[in-house]
Amino acid sequence: MQFADLIRLTTSSFLAYRMRSFLTGLGIAIGITAVILLTSIGEGLHQFVLAEFSQFGTNIITVQPGKTQTQGGSVGIFGSVRALTLEDADALRQLPYVEAINPAVMGNAELRANGKTRRTTVFGEGHDFASTFTMKVQSGSFWNDDDNEQARAQVVLGAKVRQELFGGQNPLGEYLRIGGQRYRVIGVMEPKGQILGLDMDDAVFIPAARAMELFNRSGLMEIHVSYRAGTDAATVARIVTERLKDRHGREDFSLVSQEQALEVLGSVLDVITFAVGALGGISLLVGGVGILTIMTMAVTERTAEIGLLRALGAREGQVLVLFLGEAILLSALGGAVGLALGAGIAQGLHWLMPSLPVHTPWIFALLAELSAVVIGLIAGVAPARRAARLDPVTALHTE
Amino acid sequence: MIALSHITRSFQVGDQQVTALRDINLDIGAGDYVSIMGPSGSGKSTLLNLIGLLDRPTSGIYRLDGGDVTTLDDAQQAKVRSEKIGFVFQSFHLVPRLTAAQNIELPMMLAGIAPHERRQRVAKLLDNYGLAERADHRPDQLSGGQRQRVAIARATSMQPAVLLADEPTGNLDQSTGKEVMNLLEQLVEQNVTLILVTHDPVIGSRALRQLQMVDGQIVSQSEREE
Repeated sequence: MQFADLIRLTTSSFLAYRMRSFLTGLGIAIGITAVILLTSIGEGLHQFVLAEFSQFGTNIITVQPGKTQTQGGSVGIFGSVRALTLEDADALRQLPYVEAINPAVMGNAELRANGKTRRTTVFGEGHDFASTFTMKVQSGSFWNDDDNEQARAQVVLGAKVRQELFGGQNPLGEYLRIGGQRYRVIGVMEPKGQILGLDMDDAVFIPAARAMELFNRSGLMEIHVSYRAGTDAATVARIVTERLKDRHGREDFSLVSQEQALEVLGSVLDVITFAVGALGGISLLVGGVGILTIMTMAVTERTAEIGLLRALGAREGQVLVLFLGEAILLSALGGAVGLALGAGIAQGLHWLMPSLPVHTPWIFALLAELSAVVIGLIAGVAPARRAARLDPVTALHTE
Repeated sequence: MIALSHITRSFQVGDQQVTALRDINLDIGAGDYVSIMGPSGSGKSTLLNLIGLLDRPTSGIYRLDGGDVTTLDDAQQAKVRSEKIGFVFQSFHLVPRLTAAQNIELPMMLAGIAPHERRQRVAKLLDNYGLAERADHRPDQLSGGQRQRVAIARATSMQPAVLLADEPTGNLDQSTGKEVMNLLEQLVEQNVTLILVTHDPVIGSRALRQLQMVDGQIVSQSEREE
């Protein structure tokens, strides 16, 4: 039997029982719709969260003071932690693969300008801060170089601080008091919005050396190592670790790679997407039961026809393939309708609620259609086998 | 062509052993026209099914064209049915959702004959059996006689050597029945072996060779004088 004939014969029975085929296919369609819709939302959420976390760039390793591990015995001399210094940061600057180093300190201070005061977050950063974290300066620029001994009193304003303190007036070149010291405004950041609860616009950026002095800290809170894209994070981490161990005599610091953090986060989100997909899969299973029911009925109704096919020279295998083909046709068509419905509803939701992230990867669509076909196949096997094994003589005389 | 020796067929019905055929010995040559008559339950349909390879004997040997076909597996028997045997049934057994032309085409589809060749053969058969204008009709749009003509066209589409007809006129009125018999007998003239099962003595007596069956055995044979 040729494939085209198989399609013709299975389609003919599909069309002969239009209503029934439609309803059975609908069962699968609803299942696939649920799977596609839920995984689309899951995947949209996945991408949304990852984008939120990776908007500062992914080629960053963060060095923090202190080793995050539990040690036996008393803290003693081995337990003492040396602060990360600006000199440590400078030492890392010379390492291979490293593109930029950003020393960081953060705190809270009172700003005063134009007769107004405002408490806000003060970030002490390096001059490469904006490029390291892919943030944009709207006007002016960051300071040109970091001078550890005599950092100049210069400040870059967050968009909100600029608006609150200077209004419509151009702040560049104006002076601002931070914790009592005078700073000259040399740049304004583009609005960035809130990131993980931290308002990046309600902040000012000053050289790290100045911030340490302001907050009376002997060490940095973090050193950010930005490395060339395409370099293995583990390699960079190893080099950074070696260099700092040389300087500190032991490993009294910890490294967190953005890439590793994103990987862990990504796999957690994958599990969520999979779980909601599996929930939709339950309805797909119900659709499969529908196909099983209909195919069992079809075999009973068409017993005489099966006997005839055998008399006309059909092998058991051909009868099996014909009935399996019908089951698969039902589920494949239902699946295709479900795909269109699921993706359509997902896009519709996105259109109605733009804040709801939705994404339907084609691989999910392909997998969903494939699982519909597999479900049709599984549901069809038992009835098709029964059809194939009918005794031709008994079958022929069944009315 | 058909050689049955010591064929027995028994069924298990409940805890009872029912013997439908007892020690049948029968030879049928190519181009023979044989009718099998007898009361219902005499085993004539069982014999026909056995010859048509739809059933297997409990014991005995069945040779078709010299080869033992009782030992063939399902696929091999299906191939023999496809190539050598045509069936015509009392209740026509047309597939209700297929057109007349598609019903005729069905055995050729199953046998995997190329679409081009199939179309030619179907057109010729439709023409031969006066069904050209009914090609696209479904069985429920055809009269009884037309349905049986479609069934005969289907049975001959693979040009079988043996045609098995089980009460082919049973569901037809007398004149239509006669018409159908004429069509079947025309095939005998083309050297097709026709084996006809009937309980109607008028129909049965048209065959050149007539077998009477009672209780699973052939009790008498007669030949019609020309």
